[in-house]
Amino acid sequence: MAIQVQGVSKQFGSFQAVADINLEIGADSLVALLGPSGCGKSTLLRLIAGLESPDTGSIWLSGQDATRQRLQERNIGFVFQHYALFKHLSVRENIAFGMAVRKFPKAQAQRRVDELLELVQLTGLGNRYPAQLSGGQRQRVALARALAVEPSVLLLDEPFGALDAKVRKDLRGWLRRLHNEVHVTTFFVTHDPEEAMEIADTIVVMNKGRVEQVGSPIEIYDQPASSFVMGFLGQVNAVPHTSPLFPSATDAVEVFVRPHDLQVVAAPTPNSAPARVERLLHMGWHVQAELALESGQTLTALISREQFNALGLAPAQQVHVLLSNPRSFNAESARRVQIPA
Amino acid sequence: MTLTLKKYSVLPGFGLSLGYTIFYLSLIVLIPLSTIFFKTATLSWERFWEVVTDPRVIASYQLTFGASLAAALINAVFGLLVAWVLVRYSFPGKRIFDALVDLPFALPTAVAGIALTTLYAPNGWLGQYLDPLGIKVAFTPLGIMIALTFIGFPFVVRTVQPVLQDLEVEVEEAAACLGANRWQTFTRVIFPNLFPPLLTGFTLAFARALGEYGSVVFISGNMPFKTEITSLLIITKLEQYDYAGATAIALVMLVVSFSLIFVINLIQRWSIQRYAK
Repeated sequence: MAIQVQGVSKQFGSFQAVADINLEIGADSLVALLGPSGCGKSTLLRLIAGLESPDTGSIWLSGQDATRQRLQERNIGFVFQHYALFKHLSVRENIAFGMAVRKFPKAQAQRRVDELLELVQLTGLGNRYPAQLSGGQRQRVALARALAVEPSVLLLDEPFGALDAKVRKDLRGWLRRLHNEVHVTTFFVTHDPEEAMEIADTIVVMNKGRVEQVGSPIEIYDQPASSFVMGFLGQVNAVPHTSPLFPSATDAVEVFVRPHDLQVVAAPTPNSAPARVERLLHMGWHVQAELALESGQTLTALISREQFNALGLAPAQQVHVLLSNPRSFNAESARRVQIPA
Repeated sequence: MTLTLKKYSVLPGFGLSLGYTIFYLSLIVLIPLSTIFFKTATLSWERFWEVVTDPRVIASYQLTFGASLAAALINAVFGLLVAWVLVRYSFPGKRIFDALVDLPFALPTAVAGIALTTLYAPNGWLGQYLDPLGIKVAFTPLGIMIALTFIGFPFVVRTVQPVLQDLEVEVEEAAACLGANRWQTFTRVIFPNLFPPLLTGFTLAFARALGEYGSVVFISGNMPFKTEITSLLIITKLEQYDYAGATAIALVMLVVSFSLIFVINLIQRWSIQRYAK
């Protein structure tokens, strides 16, 4: 195990940032820590790095208890959201910083800098200063700087958070490829589910200082452990328990369905409910339909263009909806429960 | 730097503001200073050289520049320390302490001089303990240095403080993650960022000390060749109605001070320009 977090809690004043977290991250894996802002994900990352110290619990790095280890000794690469580059040093000097303070031989350090510049595709920009680089380039310098000392673990705190959408998208794919090349255990924080699903092998979903679920992107999406996870990973419809759509539902259960799992049909079928088309939004390859049930509650359905054309949908039209893949959760604990429809 | 007035700029009024700046600078700085040149020009070259190289005058230059430099250096070190403490730590009474920093600016310099003399005189509060140890402060170059340190103290604190405040904590955290200890983080990351404002503060304190008169005359004792600063010599010449002689010495002061400050500014420019685009 590259990282083991055992019963770690951290409080700031009266605010419980992280509560009793247990987590294991395997060597060479690429893991995303996903959650809304303020859920304690950055705090957890900083605890692992040693930038904060836990109130309780212990943190193990590469099988060693690092809880009392100083930050300098943990051999961690940390990438900050706002790069935190040394603006008075050139790109080369920034990358060489870790090697300089550890007194690496100069020639060796320079060779390593050359390799890293090539790795992060910044060959030729080594003598520039951070102020002369774009945001994406700066973040790549920060990454090269963190990788220079060959860290046992690479931690990234919202690494693409400060970049615009296009650069962000490019860097995601690039980080994925980089991980395949350098094989360092990578743990990154993000609040963007899409980013987590695109880059990571494993996703850790956090909410209110606790881990909600750990799993592969597909597990997290298809088998959400709680209503929070389901809601955080994409749009959901809450199905009223009085509707004929889910007859076995009770007050004690909440049923959710994703818009693309809501089927729209012309004729009634078992477990279907009548609905009226309220609004149609054309989103390119698919159409988003807002449907009102007889109870007045609205549901959102995503349907393909073919289906849309086949049904000949128009506003105010009467249709029937039924659920595929509904997920039910205990209304009190919000945990997933298995109830047959 | 070319004067292309037609060039479009988002900031309007370039011509007006430049004109105003030059006019104002002429009125406030250049014209008064030029009178020094004109008055000095009434002297013959031999007479000028005789006045400005008089051994007593030379001794005063040495004292003035030496004591000012020492005072500015002391202020650079301790001003940095005070700025550091004011920015990095919180303690009771911090705000009062912060306000106290500006006091040397507000106090009439003569009052500062008298206060320091009273303290450091052989029978003064501090002087009575220093005197038996053989440390004489009042009426010695050491006393002059203390007075100059006092009046120049706020400069370094006030120039370094905002820069230190704006320094991101993350940058220090990044250095620590890369294996730098506190000392390495300070010397390699924090200090290079503080160097330009430190140099500015140093220059201001130095310039202020060069021209100081009020606080020094009380504590120095004004002994020729020993504790006589150049400003005092100039006043002495004026009191003897030797106006040309006074301006001659002033001119030398002016040229040397300007050259020094100009060089320091160049160093500062260079130290920033390297990385600030």
